[in-house]
Amino acid sequence: MRPILMKGHERPLTFLKYNRDGDLLFSCAKDHTPTVWFADNGERLGTYRGHNGAVWTCDVSRDSTRLITGSADQTVKLWNVQKGTQLYTFNFGSPARSVEFAIGDKLAVITTDPFMELTSAIHVKRIAGDPTEQTEESVLVIKGPQGRINRAVWGPLNRTIISAGEDAVIRIWDSETGKLLKESDKESGHKKTITSLTKAADGSHFLSGSLDKSAKLWDTRTLTLIKTYGTERPVNAVAMSPLLDHVVLGGGQDASAVTTTDHRAGKFEAKFYDKILQEEIGGVKGHFGPINALAFNPDGKSFSSGGEDGYVRLHHFDPDYFNIKI
Amino acid sequence: MVTGATQNPTPPTKLRWGELDEDDGEDLDFLLPPKQVIGPDENGIKKVIEYKFNDEGNKVKITTTTRVRKLANARLSKQAVERRSWPKFGDAVREDVGSRLTMVSTEEILLERPRAPGSKAEEQKAAGDPLAQLGKGGAVLMVCRTCGKKGDHWTSRCPYKDLALPAESFVDKPAVPETATAAAGSGKNTYVPPGMRAGADRSGTDMRRRNDENSVRVTNLSEDTREADLHELFRPFGAVSRVYVAIDQKTGMSRGFGFVNFVNKDDAQRAINKLNGYGYDNLILRVEWATPRTN
Repeated sequence: MRPILMKGHERPLTFLKYNRDGDLLFSCAKDHTPTVWFADNGERLGTYRGHNGAVWTCDVSRDSTRLITGSADQTVKLWNVQKGTQLYTFNFGSPARSVEFAIGDKLAVITTDPFMELTSAIHVKRIAGDPTEQTEESVLVIKGPQGRINRAVWGPLNRTIISAGEDAVIRIWDSETGKLLKESDKESGHKKTITSLTKAADGSHFLSGSLDKSAKLWDTRTLTLIKTYGTERPVNAVAMSPLLDHVVLGGGQDASAVTTTDHRAGKFEAKFYDKILQEEIGGVKGHFGPINALAFNPDGKSFSSGGEDGYVRLHHFDPDYFNIKI
Repeated sequence: MVTGATQNPTPPTKLRWGELDEDDGEDLDFLLPPKQVIGPDENGIKKVIEYKFNDEGNKVKITTTTRVRKLANARLSKQAVERRSWPKFGDAVREDVGSRLTMVSTEEILLERPRAPGSKAEEQKAAGDPLAQLGKGGAVLMVCRTCGKKGDHWTSRCPYKDLALPAESFVDKPAVPETATAAAGSGKNTYVPPGMRAGADRSGTDMRRRNDENSVRVTNLSEDTREADLHELFRPFGAVSRVYVAIDQKTGMSRGFGFVNFVNKDDAQRAINKLNGYGYDNLILRVEWATPRTN
């Protein structure tokens, strides 16, 4: 396949997100300006100007009208996707690390980093249909985990919130009361910071990637460990194909690769694994730096990866990708 | 009285050749075989074979081969189609055509199948994989000796065939199929013991002699090539029992040639087929049997 290279960001990429229809790709980077691209040919549509710090995360509403972004400048902003205008700004006491709209787009879960005296926290905010009615108030604030919470997502039917972070423990919280419902088992769970989390298309299981060079597949209801995928590199980003049973891991520094005789640059790769057999299917090389973000198009026929090198690489699969057999 | 131009009575459907004008060549079309269209196959390749008369009145066959390639299916929802026509905003407003933010990669990137370290000679299925990978791996190992271009095609399929051929013509490469042919005939998924595989020698020659009969000579190596490099290069084709690189004791540099002994002869044959002409560290390798060999 011939990947499409998009160099719109001057700084490393942090997050990638497709909209529900799969025709728009939103990219966040450390350069303060989230960008939206057309997902078929990589043409840039526009940028959202307004943040004063690295943008760590974003999410788009189901009808692709609202974008929510979280940034290191301690704000979370709501944007009009089409015009690029700001609709609302939530202010926090510390950088915002992860945002996600709930099903129905009426609520959003936001995590904030520990900063000075503040511990890390998970906030749930109500999102009004009309931006002029938007208020700052939180529906729920959950405190508790030590260390940074790198990702928090909604569970099925918005009943639970799943969080994962630096303490390597995955927690499931009740989204109405804020009570801790489940914690991942320390023995079988990750040993180092969990960097990323992605849900399956039907929400029944999710994948977490960690700096301990592995990714683990968990059941959403019971938080039992289903599968583990091992790599040689710390995992920065994970993605699951909505079409086939594949998981993709994107990773970081590969110290052992420094001394190989492979003279080609661009050797940081996104590794594909069979979800069920846990075996590596292959890798897609090309990035000049560690891969920080991965996202699959909801139709499963293309995926994109964002790297430390500032490039977004958009890959449309060849027909023989769909015929791969181990 | 019969005049000059003979007019033979002909059946009414046929044109009488005497009535045809000089430049009425088109009317002779009935003499030509009909146009053939070989519809698009699974690669999207369509062939149209037409027959015509050229200017000198010779019958010519014109074959037009076209490939229709759909880059991506554009099945967009109504809203998506509408979003396509949104005006640009933010930094994209003043997007000049020259700014090449979005480019298609010049390199063909493939989902590279992993090479499992360890036994390659054991699993026939696994042996299929490196071949398939190399066969598919155009970016890595397909080298054309005529145009010297890596990645697209083998020499026999070079579109620049009429350019000057290289001075030395190496041992005739049999037409290399681009898919794995290593299957023992028992299917790729079943294990086939070494003694039962195609090309396995059952005459009970001992290990040492077998290996020396599978010796492959590699010439035109670069001066800093060492055993480990050759081992790594030949490893995907099968188990390598011994590598040797001739080194000049005084300077410590390779003398430009070496030997690789495979455990299996057909691994060696495949290595020769694939790596002969392969560009390695700026030189084109020459890979052949160490002693003249016929199958």
